[in-house]
Amino acid sequence: MNKPFRRRDLLGIRHLSAEEIVGILNTAENFREINSREIKKVPTLRGKTVINLFFENSTRTRTSFELAAKRLSADAVNISISSSAIAKGETLVDTALNLDAMQPDCIVVRHSSAGVPHQLAKVSKAAIVNAGDGANEHPTQALLDAMTIRERKGNIDGLEVAIVGDILHSRVARSNIHLLTKLGAKVRVAGPKTLVPNDFQYLVEKDLRVCPNIEEAISGADVVMILRIQRERQDSAYFPTLREYAIHYGLTQERLNLAKSDAIVLHPGPMNRGIEISSDVADSSRSLILDQVKYGVAVRMAVLYLATGGAASNG
Amino acid sequence: MADKYGLVEKSRIMDNARMKRALSRLASEIVEDNQGAKDLYIVGIRRRGVPIAERLVEKIEALEGERPVFGIIDITLYRDDLSTVGANPIVNRTELDTDIEDKNIILVDDVLYTGRTIRAALDQLMDFGRPRKVQLAVLIDRGKEHRELPIQADFIGRTVPTKKSEIIKVMLKEYDDEEAVWIYEKPSE
Repeated sequence: MNKPFRRRDLLGIRHLSAEEIVGILNTAENFREINSREIKKVPTLRGKTVINLFFENSTRTRTSFELAAKRLSADAVNISISSSAIAKGETLVDTALNLDAMQPDCIVVRHSSAGVPHQLAKVSKAAIVNAGDGANEHPTQALLDAMTIRERKGNIDGLEVAIVGDILHSRVARSNIHLLTKLGAKVRVAGPKTLVPNDFQYLVEKDLRVCPNIEEAISGADVVMILRIQRERQDSAYFPTLREYAIHYGLTQERLNLAKSDAIVLHPGPMNRGIEISSDVADSSRSLILDQVKYGVAVRMAVLYLATGGAASNG
Repeated sequence: MADKYGLVEKSRIMDNARMKRALSRLASEIVEDNQGAKDLYIVGIRRRGVPIAERLVEKIEALEGERPVFGIIDITLYRDDLSTVGANPIVNRTELDTDIEDKNIILVDDVLYTGRTIRAALDQLMDFGRPRKVQLAVLIDRGKEHRELPIQADFIGRTVPTKKSEIIKVMLKEYDDEEAVWIYEKPSE
């Protein structure tokens, strides 16, 4: 029997046990069915308020959280940086206290600085869910990736997973490395030397290998996870040109052939077609990119349900 | 003797044979009332309504030569006590794969008590479409005086007048080591 997930806040994957992760994933599996109903709504969180506090632009994640809240009948309010009081000089903690005074049940927060959700969790009475904090973590992305992998591969234990691209800036990579190794997968990472921290191994105790090139990382992999080149963070020249990046690190069909014949391809989106992933790979049957988006809603429904008082499923 | 839940066993009100007979009668009454198995949709309420519903499906098929559609409802997401302290229900899956539109639904549960579970199941059912009618079949009805909502069963295995301090346990081989119905008493502190 699994120990159920009973934390109020979801700040990251790092501090969760394997049992808690599996509990969230099992709960999310059971929420999937709702999203294929004709009436995609259950009354579970009626009367609860969820605030989506996004200090960074995001279409996919914010929409996904908003739909998840609405399908559970919670009231969802979206606050984005352009309309926020931060622009008027308010401190983060004051913003949190003010929102808290309106008595929301859950605040979903995304911020460009690592640790912001953790700060909010200290001062807020509402449950805090991290929707991405700087280069630290993006737990719901790792959960939906895991759900996608489980759906196709059955189990995560024993899988070889390659993560390729801008590891340095990637919260998706960090959350995934924690989650996948906790569930027994072996992870290889590769990317331009400037974008793969040498001491990345400090992250987890074992099962993480830094590869010198994409070919070595992909060879024999069950899952190939391509990270987005964060063009908005590329002001300080981590690699010469996008074209050069595409040549050395882009996932092409030829490179994908190095992986296992039934390997699957994941990408957290939004994709830069022709840069980190070629169009033929992105549109192939091996690519589960749209499944990731689909499962994202179920994962966020499970997380909101658990954060506001439910228990994780063990079966 | 109190068991691990602190409950005192009082009496066994149904054994395996009596349960079988009660289910056979329920199956007959259901097909009689619905004039056959056509358009019948047997929906078990998790958890213990499910094996009972499965048995009714078997018995109705044996009677009529036609197998009614079978489905499962998990009411967790429709509960009215989610916000009460200590309620941490685990979500399981609802499986209504066949369209319920214009079907004669038989909701099946093991025990009818306050009626709140049935309310939750009805609400969920309506979110899936518009059945022609919905009826309720239960193995045990604990009596009308416990009802907190205006809900009654159409098909009843046995009515057992109970006190609030008593608990009815329906044991099924899917979950327990016997097939029986027991009354337990919560000991007064």
